[in-house]
Amino acid sequence: MKSSSNRDSGTDWKRSRKTRRVLVGSLLAVFLAGVIFFALAWRPSIAPIARPVPASFPADLVAKGEALSAIGHCAACHTAPGGQPFAGGYALHTPFGIIYGDNISPDPETGIGAWSPEAFTRAMREGVARDGSHLLPAFPYYAFTQLSDDDIKALYAYLMTRPAANNTVPANTIPAPLRIRALQEGWKILFFRSAGFRPNPSKSAEWNRGAYLANALSDCSGCHTPRNVLGGEEGGHPYAGWLIEGWIAPALTDTNPSPVPWTQQELFTYLRTGVTPLHGATGSTMALAIRGALDLPVVPDSDVRAISLYFSEMDHASARANNGETATQEALASSSLGSVQEHDPDSDLYAFACMSCHYNRAPTPLAARPELALNSSLSLPEPTNFIQVVLNGVSNTETDNNTEGAAGLVMPAYGSSLTNSEVAHLAAYLRRTRTKLPPWNDLEKKVAAIRREGPAYH
Amino acid sequence: MTTFDLNGRTVSAHSPDDTPLLWVIRDELGLTGTKFGCGIGFCGACTVHVEGRATRSCITPIGAVAGAKVTSIEGLDPQGKHPLQIAWFELQVPQCGYCQPGQIMQAATLLKDFPNPSDRDIDAVMAGSVCRCMTYVRIRKAIKLAAAQMRGGAHE
Repeated sequence: MKSSSNRDSGTDWKRSRKTRRVLVGSLLAVFLAGVIFFALAWRPSIAPIARPVPASFPADLVAKGEALSAIGHCAACHTAPGGQPFAGGYALHTPFGIIYGDNISPDPETGIGAWSPEAFTRAMREGVARDGSHLLPAFPYYAFTQLSDDDIKALYAYLMTRPAANNTVPANTIPAPLRIRALQEGWKILFFRSAGFRPNPSKSAEWNRGAYLANALSDCSGCHTPRNVLGGEEGGHPYAGWLIEGWIAPALTDTNPSPVPWTQQELFTYLRTGVTPLHGATGSTMALAIRGALDLPVVPDSDVRAISLYFSEMDHASARANNGETATQEALASSSLGSVQEHDPDSDLYAFACMSCHYNRAPTPLAARPELALNSSLSLPEPTNFIQVVLNGVSNTETDNNTEGAAGLVMPAYGSSLTNSEVAHLAAYLRRTRTKLPPWNDLEKKVAAIRREGPAYH
Repeated sequence: MTTFDLNGRTVSAHSPDDTPLLWVIRDELGLTGTKFGCGIGFCGACTVHVEGRATRSCITPIGAVAGAKVTSIEGLDPQGKHPLQIAWFELQVPQCGYCQPGQIMQAATLLKDFPNPSDRDIDAVMAGSVCRCMTYVRIRKAIKLAAAQMRGGAHE
């Protein structure tokens, strides 16, 4: 007995010593990995400076910065609804929680007034704040890293000459472990490569200018490229479209399903005014990239044309230019469908509630009459955008933040008039009579889901 | 409180932001020419103009028209002598009259967009303006009469 117990305890003790070694070894390894990780994540704090005197910046540099800031729609994410420009507080809804845009006015305490040009440049290029903490990639430093030195200087000059706002922005609602800023280093290791913009020598100067502005400044990819579960852009599908804040940001490649191709002229009209009769009007968060941004007089036409050229080539629009004319004529021919008695009960929904505003006839759709057969929302693979508009309406009169849709046009909200089933029937009817695309699936469920979530953007 | 322009006057509504414009115009501001028909945007009786465009006021919240120009039937013409109103009188279009302000407001936008409307245009734009008394034949005639007047006085 004794010997067996001796033997057992001896074997146990050896096994447990080996187990202990493995355990201790693993713990040490994890500890070392942690030390290395946090060492990698550490960034020095850059000393604060006295707030730069606005008059110290040359006027032309400030003007250049103003134009760049408009193209980059900085104010959109850094201004709360009805708030002072750049004072922060805009709520960005992400899958990880709500992130509030920082105060980037030159206030020394609550804004960036104490940031030297080096601190600002480091933030733009590497996503690190003056105090050394990592910025969340809701701030697209991974795009701004490609900006030229001159452009960053101009943006600094512009921001430092804005009125300072003393405004402390609410904390974000990201759950606890993800909130640790040092962990952003992990995100950066996985997804961030610091690089300058590389022009394509086989393309024109205009195209390259457009590519630079779209990728380094406006960060169009930020909404229009699909992301993985960790919030990094999916490799291999640039500009393939994405769902953001409850709305679809459509594909900008030649998989874009709009019946009229996005030619340079169509894109220019859209990006400059927010509306084109052959595609529709801007809504949701895209409106913020246009209204009070790309549509500002300070933005040169040539820059908007360059961005338009870049995307029209991505869409291969010129190869399909004739399709636009055909699509328009077919749309106008079908525009009165449902106005006389048919055996389709769904057509009554449309005729009574919608057609008075949406009807068009040859030769061309009117700007004040959004032509649904040409509208992007009906041609997208999912009915999301269509449902959002029907439930919530579109308003662009003078109220703060009503920047959606065409100026002065109000579309009432049908959310309180129509049941989920009726919205589903309306969507199915329009999809089947105004497009040649396959039917949408699970419409009623999708209407219910969108109704439950509420208009996230608002 | 929402401020907007109604028939050329600046007005302030104290009703909550999500109150339908219809009730603000009728109850708070006392202009009862605009009618309640269905309350869900399907009959057109409540049609007014927002920034000059026909809009169904029963499902338009006043929050959506803050700062905008709104026109009700009372404001379509200061003396009630819009060509449509004259044509409506000349052809004695109304029967009970309940839907007619909405019909006229919708027809005004129709003529703004399509000054020489075909039957198809009239069918499509007016399909959502319902008349229980079925005065549709006279509505159509009056629209064409007013259109001719507005185009230059020739009777067609």
